[in-house]
Amino acid sequence: MAKLMRRLTKSNEFYLLLVIIAVSIVIQLRSGQFFTANNLVDLANAMVVPGIFAVGAFMVLVAGGIDVSFPALASLSVYATTRVLVDAGYTGGMWLPFVMVIVAGAILGAFNGLFTSRFAVPVLIITLGTASVFSGVMQGVFKSVQIPNLPEGMSEFGRSTLFVATNPVSGLTSNMPVAFLILVGVVAAAFVVMKYTIFGRGLYAIGGDESAAARAGFKVRKIKFWLFVVVGIIASLAGLVRTSMMDQMHPTNLLGMELMVIAAVVLGGASITGGTGTLTGTMLGTLLIVIVQNSMILVGIPTFWQGFALGVLILVGTGISAVQLTRSRKRAPALVQG
Amino acid sequence: MFASTTLTPLRDRLTRDPHVTRLAVILVLLLTFFMLVKTKNFFGIATWQSMAVQFPEFGLMALGVMLTMIIGGIDLSVVGVANMTAIGSATLMMAIAPTGADSPQGYLAVVAAIAFSLIVGAIAGAFNGFLIAKVKIPAILVTLGTFELFTGIAVIITGGKPASGLPAQYGEIMAQRVFGIVPMPLIIFILATVVIAVLMYKTAFGTKLYMLGSNETAARFSGLKTDNLIIRTYMTSGIYASAAGLVMLANYNSAKADYGSTYTLLAVLIVVLGGVNPNGGSGRLSGVILAVVVLQVLSSLLNTFPNISNFYRPLIWGGVLLLVIVVNQWTKKGRLSSLLGLKGNKK
Repeated sequence: MAKLMRRLTKSNEFYLLLVIIAVSIVIQLRSGQFFTANNLVDLANAMVVPGIFAVGAFMVLVAGGIDVSFPALASLSVYATTRVLVDAGYTGGMWLPFVMVIVAGAILGAFNGLFTSRFAVPVLIITLGTASVFSGVMQGVFKSVQIPNLPEGMSEFGRSTLFVATNPVSGLTSNMPVAFLILVGVVAAAFVVMKYTIFGRGLYAIGGDESAAARAGFKVRKIKFWLFVVVGIIASLAGLVRTSMMDQMHPTNLLGMELMVIAAVVLGGASITGGTGTLTGTMLGTLLIVIVQNSMILVGIPTFWQGFALGVLILVGTGISAVQLTRSRKRAPALVQG
Repeated sequence: MFASTTLTPLRDRLTRDPHVTRLAVILVLLLTFFMLVKTKNFFGIATWQSMAVQFPEFGLMALGVMLTMIIGGIDLSVVGVANMTAIGSATLMMAIAPTGADSPQGYLAVVAAIAFSLIVGAIAGAFNGFLIAKVKIPAILVTLGTFELFTGIAVIITGGKPASGLPAQYGEIMAQRVFGIVPMPLIIFILATVVIAVLMYKTAFGTKLYMLGSNETAARFSGLKTDNLIIRTYMTSGIYASAAGLVMLANYNSAKADYGSTYTLLAVLIVVLGGVNPNGGSGRLSGVILAVVVLQVLSSLLNTFPNISNFYRPLIWGGVLLLVIVVNQWTKKGRLSSLLGLKGNKK
């Protein structure tokens, strides 16, 4: 038990959980609306899309890079899919859109991977470039416009709910979307991949030290390439879920989400220089940001404080992890000597 | 013989930095194409004047980003700094000289606003530098975070609406044509370039930047005050960003939290295109200036084709950035140099 406690108090996730609990209690005290069934379901609902994105951003961050292209990538692959299906008058089930965005996401991800695996330029700079290529293709080549009527299969998927939560006091209801299961599925799959496959362990190894990983026998180039294919698929799934849940394709709706998602992953304790981080932390980080964003209205803070709050969260979160890193580096020589 | 003695140093100078050579060639080709295809626009002075009004906006930002990239960092907050300081100084100007104020009051407002803007820019940049040097957060994350923070502050000040109704004197000063033809923003840009050139090539500060960028540990052990240096570099970047904000304020005659949203990419693109190594330690001012001019000429050229939609622009910028990355890597491996008959510097 003592051992468990010691492990707990050393982990970043534990403190993050404490912060989340503290924030929740403050919001509950100020509004009395936080711990109601419908608010909790609303939070889960709001977490689906950023949560799926965060899994992808987390994987890239573990490998030591920062990807800012995923919202543009998702928008393009979902826009292309929706456009094709609407133009073809598709009325079938949800499986075809899923297959199509996965293929489109993999192709666009491969485009990212081609550059990131071959060129010794920071991933951030490459993905700044590809992001603007993606949005340029969407807005220039496809002349993207809002698509108000989605194929029936997608709308139906967006509307379908697992259960409905009702607030006994106010009578407000909130739906738990089926899409939440996709978040669960993606997280579970990523958990297995990151923990039990050579690919996943390779990502940690590359993020820790790329040349050491290569010496240890990891095929660095190949792993980096497939990483971006996988992240492209994950991002496109998030885009499809968002589009279905909004029940319309809004081409630029996702753009600009990258900062919030990266902030969530970094808050979750993934080191910015790569090599460390857990999915639990990533999900807790996302939850914290979603709570802060959703609850500003509950507490009565005007929404235009959102950007400011997000900036402070990013700086405080990364600041804490940076200070921890410096301290552990200072301690390291003493450990060796002792 | 006479020819060879004068030509050799010139050729040396041109080929010493392949980026600069390449950019110069690209610029000449681009201008020739422009002249042949759009002769009327090319020889109209208005084309060049409108260019000279536009490019200082992102050109000034790029100069700041260049300094931070030379020391191996990056500044993604420039657009946030520019908008925040522009909104701050617009608010200040309107407070000092509300509509209907007399002209001395207007000029006072302008001077106060410019000083205020540059000071706030310096503070914002120093804040970036402090977080990077002292708290040791990676530059990418600090500046992503402060971009949100500064933009957030800008939104809070204005409530998300554009700030307009500036005293007329501000527009008057910024719209002036020096000698009747040279627009004010260009003068500001040239001035800023001269200042940065002196900083980079005539002061110890400049030399230290390159040392810090090539090897931070070595720089520290050689006795450089690296923390101080980092803070000063980001401070300079902040000041340049706020100058860009002042130019934007004049060009739009208003300030808003989301103006110039594509400039972050553009500034990074210019700096990488200009031959600055994103990992720090190398890159020349002349390359970055050429890159600014190349992009502005390309942009104006695109504008003269009405059937190319504006939405293609991000595609072109992103494509150019990726192309530059590919070409740079090839040069490093000696593939391109051997093609051009230059001496390859194989790693």
